[in-house]
Amino acid sequence: MSTTTEYTPKTSTGRIAHFVDQRVGGSGIVKEFGRKIFPDHWSFMFGEVALYTFVLLLISGTFLTFFFDPSMAHVIYNGSYNPLRGIGMSAAYASTLDISFDVRGGLFMRQVHHWSAILFVAAVSVHMLRVFFTGAFRKPRELNWVVGGVLLILAMAAGFTGYSLPDDLLSGNGLRIIDGVVKSIPLVGTYISLFLFGGEFPGTLIIPRLYSLHIMIVPAIILLMVGIHLFMVVVHKHTQYPGPGRTNDNVVGFPVGPVYAAKAGGFFFIVYGIVAAISGLLTINPVWNYGPYDPSPVSAGTQPDWYIGFVDGALRLMPGMLGNFSFEWNIPFPWGVNTLSLNVLVPALIPAGIMFTIMFAWPWIESWVTKDKREHHLLDRPRNAPFRTGMGVAGVVSYCVMWAAASSDLIATHFHVSLNDVTYWLRVLFILGPILGFVVARRIALSLQRKDREIVLHGRETGVIEMSPEGAFSERHADLDVYKLHTLVNYEDRKVIPAQPNAAGHISRSEKRRGALSKFFFEDRVAPVTPSELAALKAEHGHGPAEIEGSSTESIEK
Amino acid sequence: MKALSQRRRHPLAAVALLLMGLLITGGLYMAAGSVNEAKAATGYSASDIEEGNKLFVANCATCHGLNAEGSADGPSLIGVGAAAVDFQVGTGRMPMQMQGPQAQAKPVQFDDAQISQLSAYVASLGAGPAIPSEDMLDTSHGNSAAGGTVFRVNCAMCHNAAAAGGALTRGKFAPALAGVSEKHIYEAMITGPQNMPVFNDSNITPDEKRDVITFLKEIESQGSPGGAKLGSLGPVAEGLFIWTAGLGIIIAFTIWLTSRPS
Repeated sequence: MSTTTEYTPKTSTGRIAHFVDQRVGGSGIVKEFGRKIFPDHWSFMFGEVALYTFVLLLISGTFLTFFFDPSMAHVIYNGSYNPLRGIGMSAAYASTLDISFDVRGGLFMRQVHHWSAILFVAAVSVHMLRVFFTGAFRKPRELNWVVGGVLLILAMAAGFTGYSLPDDLLSGNGLRIIDGVVKSIPLVGTYISLFLFGGEFPGTLIIPRLYSLHIMIVPAIILLMVGIHLFMVVVHKHTQYPGPGRTNDNVVGFPVGPVYAAKAGGFFFIVYGIVAAISGLLTINPVWNYGPYDPSPVSAGTQPDWYIGFVDGALRLMPGMLGNFSFEWNIPFPWGVNTLSLNVLVPALIPAGIMFTIMFAWPWIESWVTKDKREHHLLDRPRNAPFRTGMGVAGVVSYCVMWAAASSDLIATHFHVSLNDVTYWLRVLFILGPILGFVVARRIALSLQRKDREIVLHGRETGVIEMSPEGAFSERHADLDVYKLHTLVNYEDRKVIPAQPNAAGHISRSEKRRGALSKFFFEDRVAPVTPSELAALKAEHGHGPAEIEGSSTESIEK
Repeated sequence: MKALSQRRRHPLAAVALLLMGLLITGGLYMAAGSVNEAKAATGYSASDIEEGNKLFVANCATCHGLNAEGSADGPSLIGVGAAAVDFQVGTGRMPMQMQGPQAQAKPVQFDDAQISQLSAYVASLGAGPAIPSEDMLDTSHGNSAAGGTVFRVNCAMCHNAAAAGGALTRGKFAPALAGVSEKHIYEAMITGPQNMPVFNDSNITPDEKRDVITFLKEIESQGSPGGAKLGSLGPVAEGLFIWTAGLGIIIAFTIWLTSRPS
């Protein structure tokens, strides 16, 4: 309907771009996403690391599927690795050896795949820790936190199914432990195990089944979840650290185009380069060492990959007997005696269960205790949320104790201590560690807040020592610049909210519990410095030592 | 004889004489050497046993008793055989540095002749496993794949699948096997030092023992096909690496990428 002449680009690139734009509306997309602002902080980049290592996993994994044979058919190995030549093994293990020794670049790709897998789960974990400790999971991002938690579990599932595929002795032992855990589930355990393995362990079906899960089902769900995750990031916009000019209603940073497109694109290749360098220089999962799976031997130093380590560690920590009390219960039923192996069931499922339940529920627990239903786009510095930091550290400590227990044998040999003592100490730490961790982390956070308060009220130390006419020595303190000051005084001041009566004037039991938790979390707090407080102190100091006056004029001149 | 005496001034006489002297000396030396070798495998001379007894009384009797009958501090050595002595003393585990969960290897304290004399003395006390012959240790006749299978079934649960060592209870441990001589590996299997069980010849035949040694020597000499092996300690070492060095490098790059704050 327009009478203006149609735009005709002058260059050939322009003509191609114009052609595409008129048909798919590319400029609209670029306009929308290219102007999207992301804040700049190094701690915001772990999610990207996770995404990039996942892409690497897809690329290297595709390569491996060309050569891997997910079959438990019996073959005699005849490849080029001499110490296994002529040995009977499954086709899966033989093809893994072929990938390692007879496919050009195969060993490198296998190592890229495995190194990026353990880096992937590590990046997901660090990303979640960052989100937790900065309070980025608060409204409106609770659901995205849950999606992230699901992604962590999926990452572990993807890792474990992949770890088991080569059908070597090490991974077979891992599967045997899973089989034992499944069988310890009351009533249905044995049936689930028979269902999973298609009969008695190990059978001939588990590798092809894990293969379907590993290359199709789990990655597909991960991709779906990543899509939802990123969609919600776009919808919610990115959170930012507090600072001058940063509010709950804006995002201060750089646009995607061109800054982040370049930075993130470049970062992909940096991550790729790091993984490739590691894979080229360091062995990972040398399957040829472990030999083909055979249910009888278990080798020393058998551990799962790091992300399953905490479950293995919990199993190692659990005593089979406590004094005369046995955790293996033989319960008589009319049809005979059934065994309930609490020594396996409890450590394998309870710690992980508690951890993931609290993790998923935390956004709601926190908003319930604090009665905070507002939207938050500004992050907390971890010190400014001592209760949360304490809880997070307690969780990290309990995880790390279980993690350490998974390497108890290596701790014993490398530090020349008794394996038994390592286990005893870790059992004590498993109980006391989280409590100590909470108390110490909260105290450190509160002390750091007090230090911030001190700096705001009295300025920063300049290192200039002055002598007064009377002969007294004092250090000159300079006022903070406004940017620094803003960061130190603008944080959320959470106070105890005692139990409140409802409309009927009745204080419900759950409200009482909330009040008690609120008291426990916020009884000790450090309030931010208020402007009037600062002004009062300035006025008082105005008549005081000259150094404050001198330094404050200095900062005004700036 | 006359012909010989007539040629005694022949220009080449001195050369022939020298050659003859060298041949006789060399031959005698060879004979003496092979006699010694035979003794190591079969019997020892009385003087060896006597010298060994002196060394034993001076260095071992404090714990093992003057007649090797044992005491509260050390077991009886009657019937342990020459192989046990050759292993324990030859790897420096004996004389023991200190009482502890198990005897640690340390620099060897005696020379080969003294170890042989000590072995002779202990072997003379009662029948026991002898030091293996060269033939039993010849890895060129072994099969590393068969040895690997035997190793994984019998040895890897303590020594680790890649023979990198592992922990036992209460401070005891199975050592790494890299750098251990063929003879000492064999002797360890037949005598069961420290906490190691004895693998006698009906359990693992001498041929299988040689296969195990072949396997160990092959994985030691082939190096690590995939790059630095991180101690062959399994996934813990890999996880530790990615959480320290791996994430460390990543964090360094993230800080660099965001080092111009808004």
